[in-house]
Amino acid sequence: MSDTTHDGGVALGTPPSADEGLDAAQLAAKYGLTVSGARPGLFAYMRQLWGRRHFILAFSRAKLTAQYSQAKLGQLWQVVTPLLNACVYYLIFGLILGTREGIPHDVFVPFLVTGVFVFTFTQSSVMAGVRSIAGNLGLVRALHFPRASLPISFSLQQLQQLLFSMIVMVAVTVIFGSYPSLSWLLVIPALILQFVFNTGLALVMARLGSKTPDLAQLMPFVMRTWMYASGVMFSIPVMLKDKPAWIADVLQYNPAAIYMDLVRFAMIDGYGSENLPDHVWAAGLGWAVLLGVVGFVYFWKAEERYGRG
Amino acid sequence: MAEDKAQGRIPTVIADDVHIVYRVNGAGGGRGSATAALSRMMRRGKGEPRGVRKVHAVRGVSFTAYRGEAIGLIGTNGSGKSTLLRAIAGLLPTESGHVYTDGQPSLLGVNAALMSDLTGERNVVLGGLAMGMSQAEIRSRYQEIVDFSGINEKGDFITLPMRTYSSGMAARLRFSIAAAKNHDVLMIDEALATGDRKFRIRSEERIRELRKEAGTVFLVSHNNKSIRDTCDRALWLEKGELLMDGPTEEVLKAYERETGK
Repeated sequence: MSDTTHDGGVALGTPPSADEGLDAAQLAAKYGLTVSGARPGLFAYMRQLWGRRHFILAFSRAKLTAQYSQAKLGQLWQVVTPLLNACVYYLIFGLILGTREGIPHDVFVPFLVTGVFVFTFTQSSVMAGVRSIAGNLGLVRALHFPRASLPISFSLQQLQQLLFSMIVMVAVTVIFGSYPSLSWLLVIPALILQFVFNTGLALVMARLGSKTPDLAQLMPFVMRTWMYASGVMFSIPVMLKDKPAWIADVLQYNPAAIYMDLVRFAMIDGYGSENLPDHVWAAGLGWAVLLGVVGFVYFWKAEERYGRG
Repeated sequence: MAEDKAQGRIPTVIADDVHIVYRVNGAGGGRGSATAALSRMMRRGKGEPRGVRKVHAVRGVSFTAYRGEAIGLIGTNGSGKSTLLRAIAGLLPTESGHVYTDGQPSLLGVNAALMSDLTGERNVVLGGLAMGMSQAEIRSRYQEIVDFSGINEKGDFITLPMRTYSSGMAARLRFSIAAAKNHDVLMIDEALATGDRKFRIRSEERIRELRKEAGTVFLVSHNNKSIRDTCDRALWLEKGELLMDGPTEEVLKAYERETGK
């Protein structure tokens, strides 16, 4: 135990008198002191988060800029990276493996490109989410801010990355004969729903990852499995027509497939509603609300424990 | 109580038997090999996983700080000074015990929020936002921060990425950003010794200003002179325990005797 030779009163030359005999908690209560680093209520927490919105946005944009700042081509990589990605997938799945069964050629290329980009949005949000607390312990241990700022900021960074990818997406779609129309506006609600879903998932992963950093090693495999199961490069109903119907249903209603289908439906002329499962918007909304709410509450529950060594 | 108020002895920070434990992964008792890690997992029973090693950094520290006090934390490297500061700031959860504070204590420092790939300009904004300043506040103090850092004295460096700065320049900018905000309870961790002589004098002056505005100041430093100059009370930590708590001069004398300086 501590071997205290003087109490705090020495500095001013007089020992404390009236407060003597009070224990720490009573003394704190008497002077209205609060426990340092205590978790705020859910609504107070949301208010704090809203107060930090400029920080969240600035942090996400800073991360995005910093990503390519040492490259000679600089920010051009924001567009070139997704373009190269799309080329690789087209080469392997479109030309070599021929997974475009049941999809006409002029639909398949935009189908693949939108699929890859939309899935990458979720994938990178999850990956960034896992590391958002564990990889920023220095920040968490130095400054006060609602910790949810970090996973939200990282999801926002991925959203901005996706908007760059959209340039490629639009170009590819137009080249293959689907021209901008009113239905393209549906991309906006679809991406908003996906963003909410991604953020919720990132919040869940952030809390899990802060406790178990090993998840960062495991997640690439989980995400790859999810990608192959979501029909990024093939049509789920066509590929699974010989299998029991429930398998296709499960795959089609998984959130990644839902959001991909919504964006494809909005942008590609040859990809009509016959390719979409029933109540697809309701499913998209349901997933977003579910993950958004659960993720936020789950993350908030451990707010005071982030930063523990 | 009325008498206390008259003397202005209002507690601002109360530490009550604070313990802090770090858990370190990958530093477990066994060898670092994969087989050792596997066998640890197999043997694992209830309670703490074996791969995790605990470091008991602060052991049962209790003290009360009052408004208007400047408190120096001294002790050898690894004695738990910085850890204790973080716990007071509420940034590091305590294992047991409580820290009660008046308002939100803040650490002086924004290093962790800055990004070396961004320009000094953007880092000023990012750092300010990270500390909780509003956009308007940052805009109005931007020039002040840049001027204080003296970054632009040798050309237009503020528009270059921070990775191109010399270590001294970067330290100056970091201090300038961090010192731009006023705090209730301010904690300074070895922040005095940055930059060249000219800048050090300027930063010491700024810290004195901050001290006046802040209710209570904590200072961690290995420079006994700066503790003597700024603090009227000192806490001596050793191996996570509070060895001594009293007037600066008395504690420093004992500390210097012990460390043979």
